[in-house]
Amino acid sequence: MDPEIPTLSIVDLGIVTGIISETKGQAHIKLTPTFSGCPALKIMETMVHDKLIEEGYTDVKVHTSFDVQWNSNMISEKGLAALKKHGLAPPPKHDGYIELDVLSDTPCPLCDSRNTTMSTPFGPTLCRSMHYCNNCKNAFEGFKPVG
Amino acid sequence: MEFTDKHVQGLKDLLYKMADDLLIIGHRNSEWTGLGPVLEEDIAFSSMAQDKVGQSLALYEILHQLGESDPDTVAFTRNAPQFHCSQLVELPIGEYDFSLVRHFFFDHADAIRFDMLATTVVEPLQMVAKKFRGEIKYHTMHADIWMKQLGESEEAKMRIQSTINEVFPYALGMFEPSEFESELQEAGIFDGEFALREKWLNKVVPLLESYGYTVPNAETIIPEFGGRKGQHTEHLQPLLDEMTEVFAIDPGADW
Repeated sequence: MDPEIPTLSIVDLGIVTGIISETKGQAHIKLTPTFSGCPALKIMETMVHDKLIEEGYTDVKVHTSFDVQWNSNMISEKGLAALKKHGLAPPPKHDGYIELDVLSDTPCPLCDSRNTTMSTPFGPTLCRSMHYCNNCKNAFEGFKPVG
Repeated sequence: MEFTDKHVQGLKDLLYKMADDLLIIGHRNSEWTGLGPVLEEDIAFSSMAQDKVGQSLALYEILHQLGESDPDTVAFTRNAPQFHCSQLVELPIGEYDFSLVRHFFFDHADAIRFDMLATTVVEPLQMVAKKFRGEIKYHTMHADIWMKQLGESEEAKMRIQSTINEVFPYALGMFEPSEFESELQEAGIFDGEFALREKWLNKVVPLLESYGYTVPNAETIIPEFGGRKGQHTEHLQPLLDEMTEVFAIDPGADW
């Protein structure tokens, strides 16, 4: 799971980009960062490593690679639902080019209203933006779309 | 094609200047943490700092794969003359208008640089360039919004205009050519600083004019070169001393 969003598994987040398990006990895992400056990355590597050891794997390697570049369309449907459950507006699907209007058009995760305003594209972590819902009068965070 | 020593040297030079730019601008951005004029700006500059330092790490990793020292050693044990950053990024944060104008010029250049590198023949560089493009989008968007909004008030517009005039020679200094320009081009590594400068001017000049500012004539301004060759302003070494203060206490410490 994502250490900062406990309702979301890293598989649903879309950051597991390679698994090699050809012999008994082997688990070589490749992860890709959501943002290159994400401080949770090392923690996730360690968590994946420790979990696999706990599950009985003996040949465990976890490393981070940019050979698949993460974008927010890689979050699964289950992942999008998990984000919403955590109170984070899921990132809107995009065609690779993020413009301001994509961000401004973020539905409120609490009341589903589209009458919202983005306060700033920079939030408490690199992957979040901050918004305000004009309908239910709550501030909320969104998971940023990334191209 | 097979790389010669000159190609590899050129590639390393290119990686060093990009990584050093990112590390130093990242450090400068982080100096706004706790000091931003409004909370959102405090967070914006802190977030951008985190992106920049993360991006510099990815580039130092590529250098490490090419036989250079590990990222921590490279980032924390060199002195100013060994840094290849442009003088633009090392200047103190000044007042908010200075940091904003520098951010605008720097991020548009870096966005175009990584766009160009998304087709480089150097595979690991191509992969990170594609990744960085998506992240930098938020940085240029942020700079554009503020440059536009501040152009709408007379007092702010005057301040920003005078800062543009002051920063412009340093911004042009980013495109200081290296001695490997032709090698980089013939090998398909990078189209070069001159091509980047032209694309950058075609981007920033019309944008600034649409916000109501006047842009100095790039053909008659003398750029502040030197940074790429290790000639820095008096501001870089104190920054490095501060940045490496904790590392220097115990360079072998295990974090």
